Amino acid sequence: MAFNIYDFTSFTQSIDEALYEWLPPFWALIVEMTIIGLVFLIGYAIIGLFLVYAERKVCAFMQNRVGPNRVGPYGIFQTIADFIKLLMKELVYIKNSDKLLFNIAPFIVIIASFMAIAAIPFAKGLHAIDFDIGIMYVIAVTSLGVVGVLLAGWSSNNKYSLIGAMRSGAQIISYELSVGLSLLTIIVLAGTMQFSEVVELQSSGWFIFKGHIPACIAFVIFLIASTAETNRGPFDLAEAESELTAGFHTEYSGIKFAFFFLAEYMNMFIVASIAATVFLGGWMPFHIGSWEGFNYVMDFIPPLFWYFGKTAFIIWLMMWFKWTFPRLRIDQLLNLEWKYLLPINLVNILIMAFIVLMGWHF
Amino acid sequence: MTSNQFMFLLFSAVIVIFSILTVTSRRILRAATFLLFVLVSTAGLYFLLKYNYLAAIQLTLYAGGIVVLIIFSILLTSHISEKLPTAGLLKKWPAALVALVGAALCIVVILQYNFPGSVVDTEVVNVRDIGNSLISYGEKGYALPFEVISVLLLAALIGAIVLAKKRKD
Repeated sequence: MAFNIYDFTSFTQSIDEALYEWLPPFWALIVEMTIIGLVFLIGYAIIGLFLVYAERKVCAFMQNRVGPNRVGPYGIFQTIADFIKLLMKELVYIKNSDKLLFNIAPFIVIIASFMAIAAIPFAKGLHAIDFDIGIMYVIAVTSLGVVGVLLAGWSSNNKYSLIGAMRSGAQIISYELSVGLSLLTIIVLAGTMQFSEVVELQSSGWFIFKGHIPACIAFVIFLIASTAETNRGPFDLAEAESELTAGFHTEYSGIKFAFFFLAEYMNMFIVASIAATVFLGGWMPFHIGSWEGFNYVMDFIPPLFWYFGKTAFIIWLMMWFKWTFPRLRIDQLLNLEWKYLLPINLVNILIMAFIVLMGWHF
Repeated sequence: MTSNQFMFLLFSAVIVIFSILTVTSRRILRAATFLLFVLVSTAGLYFLLKYNYLAAIQLTLYAGGIVVLIIFSILLTSHISEKLPTAGLLKKWPAALVALVGAALCIVVILQYNFPGSVVDTEVVNVRDIGNSLISYGEKGYALPFEVISVLLLAALIGAIVLAKKRKD
């Protein structure tokens, strides 16, 4: 990094040291965790609201409509109004449901996404926790979210919900494999699973360029598989509003529905940030090998801008998928994963290992 | 009390409470959910020991894999109104006795052992080392067990396919 003002390490460290100086270690830790929790909560609210707005605008654009345009300039306050409406709605109480599981399910979904976002680096030093097994940790905790979906579908005691949950379970279990394997391809190239190191290694070029063909294949597979894992169109048969009303969250209302809704958008954000971090360099500016001048100019642009720009680009790609492809049938969906993506992925890892051994990557 | 001790007590309490709830719950899906909490807390204990790799494996395999499979099979086979019958006295008493004897035995053995205080700091286990020992056959190499387990897994996969295949006759 050429500019120290974009490095948040000293900033976060000074807060940490000050807290430990003022307070006993136990309370300093608690205060730190509270601050980080609040930051993430606020981030969730803002990003969630923005993504819902973006989705509606992108959808409108794809369908040659205007989209939300009444509340505020260009309708930017529409989602805030919708959110207030959701908060004030009645929580519908279902008589013959399993109440405990019915109430737990939205929390499991949202907690899984909270656990995943903790490992994502936003800029140098802006990183809640930097595990040495970062990528694997994210794969591990995102697989917990499906439990919430399954529980929600079953405990609602509704046929549509149950079918939706069933489909979602089959889908997520299958596509998890492809997500994991496509990330493994990049782990082979990087030789590390730590997010900060993965980003640092891309200072001389993003992995999608460094690993050329296999990295590009892995990127495409990751995009497809992660779109499926987040239950988004064209893989949204878990909700399939035209056939299953709304799938697993049919019976939820008010804030509990908002939890599922928020978790869906935040999962999309997390998946997009992983794609941006692992394939497109995360917060690392666009650098080309030894072009000193060019790299220096690129370093002027702050890392947060790079990070959010790349993530927004991938989110836009995923929205583009959703509004242009027709929904798959369940058998097509499983065929796509088990007969196409998985074999391609396995061969791709072998090719990547071979390229790394021969030193053909940049 | 340090934060580590606090988290250890928290995780242990969750594990103990939800383990008991898992075996006493009469609704099978609730039992599976409680089992999920137990497994996730176990992963938390591994994180506390800084054995991140094992913790992530615990989360992927047990919480994300096995519990999801259990829940999935419950979804396919049982209805929400089903409640497991409570066991009769004839089953309850021997089971309680065996559990108590087992617990007593464990506690006595653990209490008798004089644990030396930990003098070494916990160190992060490098994933590269784990990978290397899995495929090396020298000292600290686990190539043979690794391969044996792979063969076992392959046999299980083939067995599942054979069982699930439709018979022609």
